Amino acid sequence: MTLKIIASQCTSCSACEPECPNVAISEKNGTFVIDPKKCTECIGHFDEPQCAAVCPVDNTCVIDNSFPRYQPPA
Amino acid sequence: MDASVQHDQATIPDGDKLSSVMQTIAEHKGCGTSGGSGKASCGSGAGENDLPPEIWEKVKNHPCYSEEAHHHYARMHVAVAPACNIQCNYCNRKYDCANESRPGVVSEKLSPEQAAKKVLAVASTIPQMTVLGIAGPGDPLANPEKTFKTFELIARTAPDIKLCLSTNGLALPDHVDTIAGFNVDHVTITINMVDPEIGAKIYPWVFWKHKRYTGVEAAKLLTDRQLQGLEMLTERGILCKVNSVMIPGVNDKHLVEVNKAVKSRGAFLHNIMPLISSPEHGTVFGLTGQRGPTAQELKALQDECEGEMNMMRHCRQCRADAVGLLGEDRSAEFTTDKIMAMEVNYDIDSRKAYQEAVESERVAKVVARQEELASLAGQSSDIKLLVAVATKGSGLINEHFGHAKEFQVYELSTAGAKFVGHRRVDLYCQGGYGDEDSLETVIRAINDCHAVFVAKIGGCPKSDLQAAGIEPVDQFAHEFIEKSAIAWFKSYLDKVNSGEIQHVVRGDAEIRQGALTSAA
Ligand code: SF4
Ligand code: SF4
Ligand code: SF4
Repeated sequence: MTLKIIASQCTSCSACEPECPNVAISEKNGTFVIDPKKCTECIGHFDEPQCAAVCPVDNTCVIDNSFPRYQPPA
Repeated sequence: MDASVQHDQATIPDGDKLSSVMQTIAEHKGCGTSGGSGKASCGSGAGENDLPPEIWEKVKNHPCYSEEAHHHYARMHVAVAPACNIQCNYCNRKYDCANESRPGVVSEKLSPEQAAKKVLAVASTIPQMTVLGIAGPGDPLANPEKTFKTFELIARTAPDIKLCLSTNGLALPDHVDTIAGFNVDHVTITINMVDPEIGAKIYPWVFWKHKRYTGVEAAKLLTDRQLQGLEMLTERGILCKVNSVMIPGVNDKHLVEVNKAVKSRGAFLHNIMPLISSPEHGTVFGLTGQRGPTAQELKALQDECEGEMNMMRHCRQCRADAVGLLGEDRSAEFTTDKIMAMEVNYDIDSRKAYQEAVESERVAKVVARQEELASLAGQSSDIKLLVAVATKGSGLINEHFGHAKEFQVYELSTAGAKFVGHRRVDLYCQGGYGDEDSLETVIRAINDCHAVFVAKIGGCPKSDLQAAGIEPVDQFAHEFIEKSAIAWFKSYLDKVNSGEIQHVVRGDAEIRQGALTSAA
């Protein structure tokens, strides 16, 4: 699983981008997006997903259920 | 923009009702000033003689800090730092940071390179431009790379421009040394409380060290970091201003406490700003119906704190990217497209020449006031009243009543003329006010004044003002404000003493709640 950013709610404030330990977040056409291939839900880095913790708009950085749960490498 | 609302003049809205918060209201801001005695009134209230020389040197051309300088010099803000590390209940991050600018206004976000070019372009065109600030939207220190990159680029080409930044203070202790290294000598910290219980009502959360904190814990962290940062700055000789947003019923009484706390840590100036809150801003306070203070409430608090330290009364919660003299916005001339196409030739010498001319004008103004003040000597009276002045700057009564976008308000007494704030009246008649007469809104904005000084005024507004009990005064057109105000006050006292008129106390005025959204 990965997190995604609800584009319609994103203010493009860029706060999440530098917080991501996996450099999974980038700006695309004015809003910010998460690369599902890079996102690890912050597992192994921090206790909570950093993008969600810093985002000023509640429920904007949310779990994307269309991806399988992230499995930390053994 | 203020959709659809207004209410009667001087009504104090009931803090709990959504409908009642939707206000109109004139802006009365505070920047302290000279204690009114015959000092060269420098912003903060302190004049040359009150401040240590090294501080006066830093303040004298800073339009945010020096009340007198803001008539002559200009500042600009660039928005390079949109990210923030805390959440304030008066902020909607779709818009600018309410700390330094008005909510409901969106600044253009710039890269550090674009911002530097913009600053140089503006500084070459407007020689008064002496201060560059980085403020909202967002927190400059939550975006340290962008902020410091911008400073670096500007310091290289335009070493005469003063740099300043405003921050919520959370990240401040980590960056104090970088700030000192960049020769940033003005820092503004927004401190709304020193009591975490109160803080919890203002800040829902802070993000610190990879974790989101909420409630009292968040507020405790924030206040500790703010006060630590303030101490670290003043220890290093960096000038510090504290901004506080006055939120009636939440922190209004507490701000006296804040005033003491920041003063004891060396803050040089305390600027109390009214909460600007209206539901269409989409802020928590806007939606819960939290009201802002009235002009009288604000002034009373500023007066109470003034004995403690320098208060700032000329802050206008200006837009973060406003360009031009305070209160006058020229940003439309400097859009990113126009700037990127511009050839910028930074000419330090012509800037210097301009600034020298301004210095002599300022001296002339102070002399004129001293002379007039001397003639007041010997008079004694308890009468204290407010007057409004239409001015374009330079300390002169040089604006037509009908063109005035704002009025400067002076308090007159036998001690002299003391600048106590601004009332914005621009855009009153736009959106939301329907066919309401804009003159009425102006009257509401200066309703607590006895007279309004203008360069010119039409017959109609003249009689309406008189009917409202405000005397329109145009006989001092194009003369120095303070000198004229004192002269008028003298004759007012004479008339009262001879029984020709009776002195009556005037009511409250309104602080405009709408965002200034029209100026592009
Ligand atoms: S959850 Fe963590 S890893 Fe995934 S995008 Fe957010 S910050 Fe990056
Ligand atoms: S922190 Fe939230 S609002 Fe800001 S850019 Fe990231 S997703 Fe968008
Ligand atoms: S510090 Fe400024 S940008 Fe951040 S939440 Fe508060 S008002 Fe908004």
